[in-house]
Amino acid sequence: MNAPVSPNVVLEAQHLARHYSLKRGMFAEPATVRALSEASFKLSAGKTLAVVGESGCGKSTLARLVTMIEPPTAGELIIDGKQVHHTEAPSHELRRKVQIVFQDPYGSLNPRQKVGTILEEPLRLNTSLSASERQQKARAMMEKVGLRPEHYDRYPHMFSGGQRQRIAIARALMLNPKILVLDEPVSALDVSIQAQVLNLLMDLQQEFGLAYLFISHDLSVVRHIADEVMVMYLGRPVEFGTADEIFNTPRHPYTRALLSATPTTEPEKRRERIRLTGELPSPLRPPRGCAFHPRCPFAYEPCDVDQPKLLQAPGGNAKVACFAVQGELL
Amino acid sequence: MPILEISNLSVDFRTVGGQFRAVDGVSMTVEPGEIVSIVGESGSGKSVSMLALMGLLPWTATITADKMMFDGKDLLTIPARERRRIVGKDLAMIFQEPMSSLNPCYTVGWQIGEVLKVHLGLDKRARRDRTVELLELVGIPSAAERLDTYPHQMSGGMNQRVMIAMAIACNPKLLIADEPTTALDVTIQAQILDLLAKLQRETGMALVLITHDMGVVAETANRVSVQYAGQKVEEQPVSELFADPHHPYTAALLSALPERATTRRLPSIPGVVPGQYDRPSGCLFSPRCAFVTERCVEKAPVTQGQAAGYALCHYPLNQGKPVGHPGPAAILDRRLSA
Repeated sequence: MNAPVSPNVVLEAQHLARHYSLKRGMFAEPATVRALSEASFKLSAGKTLAVVGESGCGKSTLARLVTMIEPPTAGELIIDGKQVHHTEAPSHELRRKVQIVFQDPYGSLNPRQKVGTILEEPLRLNTSLSASERQQKARAMMEKVGLRPEHYDRYPHMFSGGQRQRIAIARALMLNPKILVLDEPVSALDVSIQAQVLNLLMDLQQEFGLAYLFISHDLSVVRHIADEVMVMYLGRPVEFGTADEIFNTPRHPYTRALLSATPTTEPEKRRERIRLTGELPSPLRPPRGCAFHPRCPFAYEPCDVDQPKLLQAPGGNAKVACFAVQGELL
Repeated sequence: MPILEISNLSVDFRTVGGQFRAVDGVSMTVEPGEIVSIVGESGSGKSVSMLALMGLLPWTATITADKMMFDGKDLLTIPARERRRIVGKDLAMIFQEPMSSLNPCYTVGWQIGEVLKVHLGLDKRARRDRTVELLELVGIPSAAERLDTYPHQMSGGMNQRVMIAMAIACNPKLLIADEPTTALDVTIQAQILDLLAKLQRETGMALVLITHDMGVVAETANRVSVQYAGQKVEEQPVSELFADPHHPYTAALLSALPERATTRRLPSIPGVVPGQYDRPSGCLFSPRCAFVTERCVEKAPVTQGQAAGYALCHYPLNQGKPVGHPGPAAILDRRLSA
């Protein structure tokens, strides 16, 4: 990468891909699952990029790549100006910059550790702070996420789902990361608690200038919190644009179907009603051409031949991977 | 005559920490051909009340009610043998997790056939024909070939269709759907909800839809009952509920939805749903309520009339304003902070 990177950009991905090889018995050829292909985006400090799509669309794979849990198969990943190598293990310093909050606050906290221990562990492993300094930092962070001081000595099972998610968020912030990957952070929570956690996330973003990679399938949450949105289908981005563009003028037929399928409390305001038939195809045997064409109500000749590229669509700023949109048929 | 009439239903569980009241004096009626939705957060007792109706609760549960009538039969006094003849036939249920509700050891064709054998006594050939017909009805492509597949060979959406096919196999008069789409993707959720609504229209069965998703409620139900901590706090026709919620909990819940938010900061409800050990005195919602007064803490509210949406509240809201409320000066400091 020689091109100058604007100082604000903390995360940049170019043509990021992750393929898995799947053994299918002793004699069969191993199959390749293209869990993620051609993901390119830039994320600036203090901004939120939401990745939306249904199960199997590659959004969790993207989270695993960005957090360096897995190396990408192809493409480049640049975190805070430093490139992540495909083969070499990333340095501790780089890893500290990206942290993750998982979907299930019941499964992501060690039930045998007290809250204090959970919060101090990242410091113990990555810094040379003394025990009292660690405790001081942990207590300060607990206050920031709205936990009371007496919670320090409690175990995760003594907390409700919302409070556990607060603990998970506090743990992720202990090392002052620049990027926080939020993998469905509120989808396991009740509506009234969901609002509390979303407010907390917005406050923390403002205070620390965090960049959020927000992975979700709940479009009403995404609409509220995201600056930019990437819609994915079967491992590929199909539409990418600002939240306003995606929600006000969705272009890709899949985005439109997704929006129209999301239940809303004001059904009479729905713009259009597109019902998709069929289900997500197997990622082992993706359809030829555009992966969406067998379910697409607007599919025509070129769709089952070539794969559409993610290009800026005519009459808008969003990038769309669809022949019908690019050919101004839609 | 209503197909289902429940009045003052309570369910207590025996736990190591003493009695726990999961459902507290819930009443509801369902007319034939109606879609009633029960909404509430986790722990609001919405599933437990319906499981009590089905007789599917474990032995630790004690069920008390003034009345529990289904289709002219009293479910409180009915012998177990008789109840088994109704449940699965006239009264059917769909569960949340299609993957764990189906038996992994049997093919889906066998599992649907079992219902037909037990309740209708069909022979093998008739069962097979009816099963294919049912699978086609719920929109499973190449149904005849799917008879011999096992649940693990199909997706969650397909399994949920099998569950629905099983539930409607004997043309039930009342179908209870307990979070039927929560485990599914949105595009599949839309397909399943459309299917349920279509079946309901075509067969004229009544449908009780248990959900926590306000969007699903708004798009599917005719009438909504809101539950909180085991109590029914409000009941209204769907459009009225969204236009003018009468219970402060309903109002707060609706304004906490990101899609209804007018400000960037979401108006959240402080605190959490009370559990077994922290049940407040008086009104159960009082520790989280924006309008709480001394009276709310001291005295449990009674159910208001129909005009106030049967709200279980001392000061039911009317267009967002609490009726009969002594004014902002009387509002107690909320004991829990956001």
